[in-house]
Amino acid sequence: MADEILLDVKNLVLHFATTRGPVQAVDGVDFQLDYNKAVVILGESGCGKTSLAKAILRLLPRNVKTYSGEVKVAGKDVMLLNEEEFRQNVRWVAISLVPQAAMNALNPVLRVGDQVSEPAIIHLGMKKEDGLQLALKMFQHVGVPADFITRYPFELSGGMRQRVAIAMALVTSPSLIVLDEPTSALDLLTQANIFNVLKRIKKELGTSFILITHDIATSSELADSVAIMYAGQIVETGEAGKFFPAPLHPYAQKLMASVPRLRANKDPDFIIGQPPSLVNLPTGCRFAERCPSRFEKCVQDPPVIKKDGRLVKCWLYA
Amino acid sequence: MALDTKSKKQAIAVREVATNVLLSVQSLRVWFELRRFGFGIVGHVRAVDGVNFDLHQGEAIAVVGESGCGKTSLMKTILGLYKPTEGHVIFEGKNLSEMGSRGLQWYRSQVGYVQQDPFGALPPFMNVQRIMEEPLIISGVKNRQERARRVRKVMEEVKLFPVDDYLSKFPHMLSGGQQQRVVIARAMILEPKLIVADEPVSMLDASVRVEILKLLRGLQTSHNLSFIYITHDLSTVRYFSERIFVMYAGKIVEIAPIDSLLKNPQHPYTLALLTATSDPDANNAKSFKEVPPGEPPSLVNPPTGCRFHPRCPKIIKGKCEVEDPVDIVTEPDHVTACWLYQ
Repeated sequence: MADEILLDVKNLVLHFATTRGPVQAVDGVDFQLDYNKAVVILGESGCGKTSLAKAILRLLPRNVKTYSGEVKVAGKDVMLLNEEEFRQNVRWVAISLVPQAAMNALNPVLRVGDQVSEPAIIHLGMKKEDGLQLALKMFQHVGVPADFITRYPFELSGGMRQRVAIAMALVTSPSLIVLDEPTSALDLLTQANIFNVLKRIKKELGTSFILITHDIATSSELADSVAIMYAGQIVETGEAGKFFPAPLHPYAQKLMASVPRLRANKDPDFIIGQPPSLVNLPTGCRFAERCPSRFEKCVQDPPVIKKDGRLVKCWLYA
Repeated sequence: MALDTKSKKQAIAVREVATNVLLSVQSLRVWFELRRFGFGIVGHVRAVDGVNFDLHQGEAIAVVGESGCGKTSLMKTILGLYKPTEGHVIFEGKNLSEMGSRGLQWYRSQVGYVQQDPFGALPPFMNVQRIMEEPLIISGVKNRQERARRVRKVMEEVKLFPVDDYLSKFPHMLSGGQQQRVVIARAMILEPKLIVADEPVSMLDASVRVEILKLLRGLQTSHNLSFIYITHDLSTVRYFSERIFVMYAGKIVEIAPIDSLLKNPQHPYTLALLTATSDPDANNAKSFKEVPPGEPPSLVNPPTGCRFHPRCPKIIKGKCEVEDPVDIVTEPDHVTACWLYQ
């Protein structure tokens, strides 16, 4: 199925039940991702980025109220699978995750080699020795010295632990890796090193990435396309080459203007107000309250409009 | 290797400082003892190892470095929370280590501190009014109306409008940006001459970050405050400070005015930091970044000579790993501790 795209998410909804009412963390998200491409999902904290990652991997907490939509992986709708089928055929086989604060996601009482080989042993039915061999190969890809394989996580620095977490996501050779804020806790030079590793993996192994982050400047290191998330919805998607120089949605424009730049002498701007609470969402456009170019139509929910090869959810382009 | 701290401390004489210098840090060393089983000293963590600088009245400086380079230890020593192992911190001509408890109380009213994590820095059981009054009560402002007036004035300065809405709120009821404003207002309320801000925006969202930085810069210029801004993010520095101090493994490796540093970085470490900082640009994805391999050294056993030499692409063999680099003035106001410029 070479002509099928890798990931096709349609109208994905994930609401949580709380005492204050349903939290609409992911509310009708659509996006596509092709083989050997990277999409960056950008948004401020609390906009539902991490929930989107969890919804794609079906790693859900107990208080889920609504979970619906279509997630097609290589043409197959995985939302129709039951939990066991999903675990066996999708999670870590087709899509794996590098969790947020991956440095602390490792089990402190297991050697890192055992942890990295575990997905291969469970999902690919490998013997332990073969699993460790594979782990060694992955260590080479991410730049961890081979003798680290018998070390415990506390013996590794933050950057090395992050690389181990990436190796663990790679070991079953999935076609898609979801990275949730992979470098936010790391130092500047380490961060640049990790992005070099990710670029190399993309080039050598042909892996696709979903990179979830709030750091716009570093996200451009990996992005082929960009999706901007605001209050549970994606408000703009487009190619990185078109998005970074000239975003369309007013929120995306404001967000880009708020990035301090090292090389351009431009005064950064900021967005007045705060994102709405995901419990009490405004009707109509969710950004309208903070939007400088709002007009009468914005009280209605804006449609998704195709413009210049990009998709934007804003009345301005209707 | 154990250092006889007492005799060394007396050996270093206090350097004369110019009259417009507010804060002078002189050959400052902050070493922490490493003990085995609580006894016998087995080594030192050399968090700050020989730092010298003068901060003028009304000047904003930034200290840039990665985590573990000693920037927080430097700041805490300036705040008087750590005692220097060696060297001096001189504020308005008075030596910090010779101040008594009364002196320190005065000193702390002159120096404000903006913490990194605003929520962690605010007591959760106090409302905003109580948080703001606390420093005034401690410094002996007994008149209730006077306190209320000063709280109101400083909250208006940090743009927490309308003030009455905020006074009765507790920290958890405020957003991150509002919490950070409360922290800034609290640091400002005693009308200090110096503000020390430790990564004041790193916990905030991108869209709020700039707002807080602009607020701080506005307060700094309108009150003619001296400002020490501690950060790891070079891209925010240029909107904020006149001079940049780049710190690596306990030492300051480069001091330069911001434009000179950006156009003409001299220390290989500074260059690496600048290269690693991205601007949003789709072309970034097409190429790899040249970053030095490895990680910053342990501060217990730092490398001999230049501390950056194991990672440095421009190492001069036989020199860099042997001799400590000296401070070299390469351009006016631009000082680099690197043998390349000798």
